Amino acid sequence: MAEIEVIEGLVAFVKRDCPTCTLVVPVLEALAAGQTLTVYTQDDPTFPAGLDPADDTSLELSWRNKIETVPTLVRIDGGKETGRAVGWHRGEWETVSGVEGLGPDLPALRPGCGSRSVDPTIAPSLRAEFGDSILKARRVELDAEDDFEAMFDRGWSDGLPLVPPTRERVLAMLDGTARRPDEIVAIVPPSLVECTVEKVAVNAVMAGCKPEYLPVVLAAVEAACTDEFNMHGLLCTTMPTGPVIVVNGPIRHRIGMNSGMNVFGQGNRANLTIGRALQLVVRNVGGGRPGEIDRATHGNPGKISFCFAEDEENSPFEPLAVSRGIDPHCDAITLFPGEAPRCVVDQISRDPESLARSLAVTLRTVHHPKLIIVFDAIVAIGPEHARVFREAGWDRAKLTARLHELLTIPGEELERGAGGIAEGVPGKLTGTTLPKFKPDGILLVHCGGRAGLFSAIIGGWAGGDIGSTPVTRRIG
Amino acid sequence: MKRTLLDPTDESAAANRARVPRLATLSGVTVGLLDISKPRGDLFLDRLEQKLAGLGAEVRRYKKPTFTKPAPVDLRQQVAVECGAVIEALAD
Repeated sequence: MAEIEVIEGLVAFVKRDCPTCTLVVPVLEALAAGQTLTVYTQDDPTFPAGLDPADDTSLELSWRNKIETVPTLVRIDGGKETGRAVGWHRGEWETVSGVEGLGPDLPALRPGCGSRSVDPTIAPSLRAEFGDSILKARRVELDAEDDFEAMFDRGWSDGLPLVPPTRERVLAMLDGTARRPDEIVAIVPPSLVECTVEKVAVNAVMAGCKPEYLPVVLAAVEAACTDEFNMHGLLCTTMPTGPVIVVNGPIRHRIGMNSGMNVFGQGNRANLTIGRALQLVVRNVGGGRPGEIDRATHGNPGKISFCFAEDEENSPFEPLAVSRGIDPHCDAITLFPGEAPRCVVDQISRDPESLARSLAVTLRTVHHPKLIIVFDAIVAIGPEHARVFREAGWDRAKLTARLHELLTIPGEELERGAGGIAEGVPGKLTGTTLPKFKPDGILLVHCGGRAGLFSAIIGGWAGGDIGSTPVTRRIG
Repeated sequence: MKRTLLDPTDESAAANRARVPRLATLSGVTVGLLDISKPRGDLFLDRLEQKLAGLGAEVRRYKKPTFTKPAPVDLRQQVAVECGAVIEALAD
């Protein structure tokens, strides 16, 4: 492999398919007569005839020397580049070459053409071929196998097809972050494996992410692998819960996330692939697979991916992340251990008290109407319900406080055996009242389509120190 | 045409981890019973304790603080030091 550093003197990069390169051939001939000149040609090894051109049709030297335009004239002194002229500019060429009066019959200035090494159809493969030394992941060579079947066969998939994580795609994914590929992002359970930015990028590629989603995925992986969030326990539980990602901040718009119509549903690439990337990291890096460590009795479809954005702009409430200590207008994620969403229908209430009562009676049923304290909940207020609270001047604090009041339950309703149901809270509770939720156990989020007098509830998993605490973290 | 993919996994091969040799007998062996704090796990372990004692094993009982998290390192090391075998009550 020839390196330009071992060459001394003048080096020119040209291609036949460039009128400016053809234009400067007499100049190159003049330079070659007086000093050492090496001409690398990108397309036709016989061009320019008479100058004994060197073959760079592989484009390796052009790529390594960051040639963006042809012709480019470079001077190498003592192994170091000391000058560079791009396109044809007589003054610059004279400066680089140290020769006066070059190309007297040529115009003073003529722009060059794009180097083949930066052709968008070629550059990604050049980077993979010549620049992949930053990638440390084990190579998996495929030959006769079908790419997609091969990934299923290796157990990498969550059950849906994956995007093949080629070197080109992983390198492109890594452009989405300024963090080094070998930086450790987190220790991923259950196998407690050190996970690098590169491994996250590989799984993000497979999930279908764009590079600009990667910072969100990295933040989600970091948050999931905290002791508070306890991804290990959330994975192992027999309950139907998994990580739910709520995104706040301007990045929602920059990467095109959905906070509106069908917010929990199909159709938005960012929502679907970010959540999926987190789960693929847990599966592939952490080794958390259903039927093995994942012991869910039923699971839920959101365990493939459950990620959405909050509609901050139309919300009567401050954003969720701000309510949890993040500065306004910062990008942040909140990770919540959640089950599938359920709908709260109330098409009649037009005053906030009535609507709060509708939400409360439905919240009472989270996991079981007689079980309390252990489970948190996200309440996703739909825009038409939010309007009722906005017009009445109810903010996040007021609605949350009222829900807690409405969910303070007489103990005798909760006792084991009460209502003819064995399940319930142990002990004699006559004369007591108990809260359904911990004081911080209700998380309000504003999202959903503008039509429909509905909200949604996402029940949690075992909350607090015995299980998982929601984690809010800045992105980037 | 050969294609190259990058391995998304932790690249560990579980098969390379050697297992501890199977015990020939439980007689005289200290067997740990680890309760993971699930309801009724203790009933199961009580019965196991009776059975193991009948086989001549010495039984020691341990308990995780919560079933939702891995056993603390200290507890794992204690079990490893004190026992020749361990049985974990995984379910309620």
